[in-house]
Amino acid sequence: MNPEANAAPENMTATPARTVTQMQTFYWSVRRELWEYRSVYVAPLAVAAVYLVAFLISSSIRLPNQMRAALADADKMKHLVVSYEFGAAAILLAAMIVQLYYCLDSLQSERRDRSILFWKSMPVSDAMTVLSKAAIPFAVLPAVGFCIVLATGLAMILWSSVVLLVHGLSPAPLFTQLSLFDNALGLLNHMLTVHILWYAPLYAWLMFVSAWSKRAALLWAVLPWFAVGIFEKIVFNTSYFAHWIQMRFVGGMNDSASTGTMGTGGESHEMAWQFWTTPGLWLGLAVAVCLLAATVRIRRSREAN
Amino acid sequence: MACIEARGVRKAYGATRALDGVDLRLEEGRILGLIGPNGAGKTTALNAILGLTPYQGELKVLGRDPWTERDKLMREVSFIADVAVLPRWIRVWQVLDLLQGIHPRFDRAKAEGFLAKTTIQRKSKVRELSKGMVAQLHLALVMAIDAKLLVLDEPTLGLDILYRKQFYDSLLNDYFDGRRTIVVTTHQVEEIQDVLTDLMFIHEGRILLSCSMEELTERYAEVLVRPEQIGAARALKPMHERQLFGQSILMFDRVERKQLATFGEVRTPSIADLFVAVMGTAGQGGAR
Repeated sequence: MNPEANAAPENMTATPARTVTQMQTFYWSVRRELWEYRSVYVAPLAVAAVYLVAFLISSSIRLPNQMRAALADADKMKHLVVSYEFGAAAILLAAMIVQLYYCLDSLQSERRDRSILFWKSMPVSDAMTVLSKAAIPFAVLPAVGFCIVLATGLAMILWSSVVLLVHGLSPAPLFTQLSLFDNALGLLNHMLTVHILWYAPLYAWLMFVSAWSKRAALLWAVLPWFAVGIFEKIVFNTSYFAHWIQMRFVGGMNDSASTGTMGTGGESHEMAWQFWTTPGLWLGLAVAVCLLAATVRIRRSREAN
Repeated sequence: MACIEARGVRKAYGATRALDGVDLRLEEGRILGLIGPNGAGKTTALNAILGLTPYQGELKVLGRDPWTERDKLMREVSFIADVAVLPRWIRVWQVLDLLQGIHPRFDRAKAEGFLAKTTIQRKSKVRELSKGMVAQLHLALVMAIDAKLLVLDEPTLGLDILYRKQFYDSLLNDYFDGRRTIVVTTHQVEEIQDVLTDLMFIHEGRILLSCSMEELTERYAEVLVRPEQIGAARALKPMHERQLFGQSILMFDRVERKQLATFGEVRTPSIADLFVAVMGTAGQGGAR
């Protein structure tokens, strides 16, 4: 069997290569991530669905009485919106958990199953790969969270209106109390400031660890911080570091909480200004950029496990 | 232009020298077999060529530096590194969509054509396919890419004989056209013997032997020496000697076939036998 004998001399013109833009590559790379990690949208959707069913049942029973109580006592108006805040928190928590899990797994799984050898045979640069993976925690999940929270809120308010109307009550106070448009804006602001900008170094750190560690990414991601805290406690008997970590985690929520889901203009301007001028925010973003750059470098030289 | 050009390529993992000064030049349109024992540096050499690992020395693939330009290089190079590197979660239609989306030289219709000859379903996930089917899928994808260089690292490892045969048959019949270059490593040397145009033995990070198959036929000869002539044959300094069913088989390097014919039946050695002989010589520092 001589290979030359099998040559096809009549067909020597190469098929011209299509042009694939960077944008197309990015789009398909992100789609690829969504194929692999369906939990990105399934988990928040599932939480929203469960919450919605629970709300449908409970509001059918309790809402008319709550409304009557609120109409009698204006202070009780607040109770009407609690379930909306709670629902939003549950959905965003689910999104957050998926985010952390995704970041830790995204660059390790391809080495675990050796598929990195397939991905590297594609004309996609390491920077593009890391960027498309980073798009999930930095853009896709916050957007998914925002849309699902909004949709769930709308479904809840529609159902509530139906229930109230059936009981001969006006749903108008509910709309006033919820001030839909302001809340949507507040939620958008909350996603952008807290979930994207403030936690950026957290996502970047987890992705860095995911690319760097051979296994047990979770341990590598968490233990060094514990070690530093314990070291400080033993040597200096202080806990500035632990305090700082805590501030970084919870602080973001507090810093922009008033501009967050329930913020309604007015005093929030001052808070917003405070948030944007926190050095911690900009320092964190700089750290995130450095970590992502390091992740690209590591992705380039890492081989399969 | 040479397809692959390497000069003094080195790569060390700690104290181990995986590549110890590799020089090689491969023209376009060749099918090179890279043969060597485990840990000889085959995979490291291929990884360097594919831009998967940094190295020292000079290396150009299709005129590009693979380490700094891997993504551009991969528009014209395909590779199958090992069986079963396709992600297990992906569905067949997804991988087709994806390649159509990101690979400028992927011809989807061609891939669909190859897949039509198999029993692979569009909806199946890779993890649901048998090992042989995964190899078929990967080959179908790779053959649908109009690449200039195809690198295959143990592409049939662990497949049963039917799939292995099919693999190389379709590669030659449906893919190789005399323009493309193929580099292949495998332990099943005898399977690719007839496929290759060039041969390279690698051992401990060095190239022991590099020749075309024509050169191999001209240079090396194996003789089943008749017992009474064994002394005379040994006087011509065979590079290797082995016993088979009580008969001595001597291998010679650059000895006239006419002369050898007087000792017994002369034939071209198989790659496997030549490899053992060359390795034996290398192991003893070339003295024999």
